[in-house]
Amino acid sequence: MTTDYEEEIGTTYTISTVMEEAERCLLCHDAPCSRACPAATDPARFIRSVRFRNIKGAAETIRENNSLGGVCARVCPTERYCQSGCSRCGIDRPIDIGGIQRFVTDMEHRLEMEILQPGEPNGLNVAIVGSGPSALQAAASLRRLGYAVTIYEKQEKPGGYLRYGIPAYRLPDNVLDAEIATIERLGVNFLCKVTVGKDVTMESLKKDNDAVLVATGFDEARTLPLFDGDKRAETAVSFLARVRENKGKIENIPGHAVVIGGGDVAMDAATTLKKLGVKRVTDLAYEEFSEFLASEKELEGARKAGVTIMDGYVPAAIDGDIVIFRHRHIPAEIRLSPDKILLAVGQKSDAGALGIAMNGNEAVSQDCRTADAKVFVTGDIAPGDKTVVWAVRKGKIAAQAIHSSLEKGRSRQ
Amino acid sequence: MINKDLSIDFLGVRFENPFCLSSSPVGNCYDMCAKSYDVGWGGVVFKTIGPAHFIIDEVSPRFDQLQKEATPFVGFKNMEQIAEHPLEENLADLRRLKKNYPHKVLIASIMGSNEKDWTELAALVTEAGADMIEMNLSCPQMTSHAMGSDVGTNPELCRAYCEAVKRGSKLPLLAKMTPNITDMVPVARACMAGGADGIAAINTIKSIVDLDLQRKIGLPIIDGKSSISGYSGKAVKPVALRFLQQLRSAEGMSNLPISGIGGIETWQDAAEFILLGASTLQVTTAIMQYGYRIVEDLKNGLMHYMDEQGVDRLADLVGLANPNIIPAEDLNRNYIVYPHIEEENCIGCGRCYISCYDGAHQAMEWNEERRRPDCNKEKCVGCLLCALVCPVKAITRGEVVMKAGRPGNPEKIMI
Repeated sequence: MTTDYEEEIGTTYTISTVMEEAERCLLCHDAPCSRACPAATDPARFIRSVRFRNIKGAAETIRENNSLGGVCARVCPTERYCQSGCSRCGIDRPIDIGGIQRFVTDMEHRLEMEILQPGEPNGLNVAIVGSGPSALQAAASLRRLGYAVTIYEKQEKPGGYLRYGIPAYRLPDNVLDAEIATIERLGVNFLCKVTVGKDVTMESLKKDNDAVLVATGFDEARTLPLFDGDKRAETAVSFLARVRENKGKIENIPGHAVVIGGGDVAMDAATTLKKLGVKRVTDLAYEEFSEFLASEKELEGARKAGVTIMDGYVPAAIDGDIVIFRHRHIPAEIRLSPDKILLAVGQKSDAGALGIAMNGNEAVSQDCRTADAKVFVTGDIAPGDKTVVWAVRKGKIAAQAIHSSLEKGRSRQ
Repeated sequence: MINKDLSIDFLGVRFENPFCLSSSPVGNCYDMCAKSYDVGWGGVVFKTIGPAHFIIDEVSPRFDQLQKEATPFVGFKNMEQIAEHPLEENLADLRRLKKNYPHKVLIASIMGSNEKDWTELAALVTEAGADMIEMNLSCPQMTSHAMGSDVGTNPELCRAYCEAVKRGSKLPLLAKMTPNITDMVPVARACMAGGADGIAAINTIKSIVDLDLQRKIGLPIIDGKSSISGYSGKAVKPVALRFLQQLRSAEGMSNLPISGIGGIETWQDAAEFILLGASTLQVTTAIMQYGYRIVEDLKNGLMHYMDEQGVDRLADLVGLANPNIIPAEDLNRNYIVYPHIEEENCIGCGRCYISCYDGAHQAMEWNEERRRPDCNKEKCVGCLLCALVCPVKAITRGEVVMKAGRPGNPEKIMI
């Protein structure tokens, strides 16, 4: 039986209902939606294809641009991008672009379409460290250009944050597996349970490959010193990974849990707690609602699940079992004694350990290039937004950077 | 709730309202017709009764529908022929309906394969208590070429059959026309000359609605094959209205009594048929899709329309639009109506720009930055395609300008 945690949220369209939604689309000239996607998805084109009953054509439009089209359909904060400029807002509400994309990519998998084809082998090898969304996109782009690509992943399965961070109700395993399988069929070689820097060195990767792309992400969660040694405290990232690995079946469900943070990770953690059956879940966020970090969908989802959200509070002190939160601007105090505390206060990168020059959390880089001509970076450690859609964008940029750099190298020979 | 008298006299029979079931699957037996009377239909044209010697043997399945985007039943295809019940059973149903619903109108639709059939059937349904007879000269999916639309395209045969019916009955007589003909007027004229009192139009249009693309067979599939058969529903309304107009504008036929048929779903459709000359209206497809209950909104909507128009008798609306449809050569071609763009209502989708460029005269210019259209009157011919494609009706009929050297006062032109 599917647990509440595993039950996918969002609209599942049928061919009839997707046509109703596609019919709402005004099929704009120079459509604003198609100008708004960081990953250059062209919703105007694929929705028009749906409207004219060309589902396969719609799938081509999505997949050829974005190797994680089915993932983005589910996790992208579309209200910030494609849906924000939708002309339909002038009438009522924007087109459900993510929902239509989900329908099309589901159909693509169901019809077993093979849209992406590898390029003619060019004899060049690229190693990618990490297998999150940016790594996956870069791998697919490079394969299409004819590179031999090997992905090194320290976890048991590829996917990075898509597999170990985003809850299953937003991105089910079968969807992620199908998307990664598409990339595997392109000929990407996945080496899991191999930690670069431990099982294999950066030096040997550089020696054996024409380029190395580092996409290790923010795989370390930040903590707050106040909770050092507090047995109730765990990072939200570790909690989410634990729940996902156990398919939503974990022991010792707390009675009252507190989540600290106001981003998507905090919303995911709080919503997941509710879905696991935690009676009282209180989220306290540093930001006030006017400056909230989480996407509208995530915030809405947490509220619907029954999470109490207090904005503008920071944990100030601990008194026995009691955690004291104070408001940042008004003289208000909240005293809570939860059984569980999840910290969603940001993540950091340890890419420095691989010899990447870092500027804080981000690699010193320009368009995914580093000072080392053979080493490239992408994903969260590359400058830019830290969303999945941005990861896809950066994955494409990284592949292009590698390609143009190696092409140049070749023409010099 | 509004209550206005919707009654109308048609061929000497009083209908409490103009809405009737057309002769089709929706009026196939006593229970169906009784239920339709109960929910408020003014009349029933009972499913066509044929001669005892003509055995009906139907296919399965027998319908198909045309969909556009998410809208089903834009058009409907029907392969069913005439009533499949035995003649005696149909006559018994007619008798029972008339007995239990004496104030409702009962019209018997009949179809013979020769003059003798027509005369006999006319006598039988008259004896059973029908108030009126409708001759089915138009079913396009009969398995006999001596019956249906093959007859309805032959004026001499139609006239002879009308005379045959008149020999069997003195009841008012409607002849139901096929639209599968270039000019309906000669057939209608022949029927009237043969004794028909009015015309029912239109029956269904011969069609293939769509194909199974994998198996390359028309739909519905009957053991690997399909047939051409009658098309109805909203999609045929424009064709039906055209035939009504052509009948009413033919020489000497300006008062031709008509029972209008073809894609009526809403009171607006009904009003259009009435304004183009129909006194009563017949419906099938919309009932097959939604049920008899649609008559509630047909009646109520028509009452409100009469109220708005300040009309107390439905008959006063019949044919009012006929004089306003004239030959193309008689239209005023002296002026241009330019589009007026209501900027505050425009949502910037650019559809007018696309359609003007690709489908008209490249007059609509597009301001990329502001995402607003602007009409270049140098190029605009006033076709107003832009107004039709605008999803928010932000483009209206604007300034009227006389063409160079043409007479007329723009302010006096009705646009």
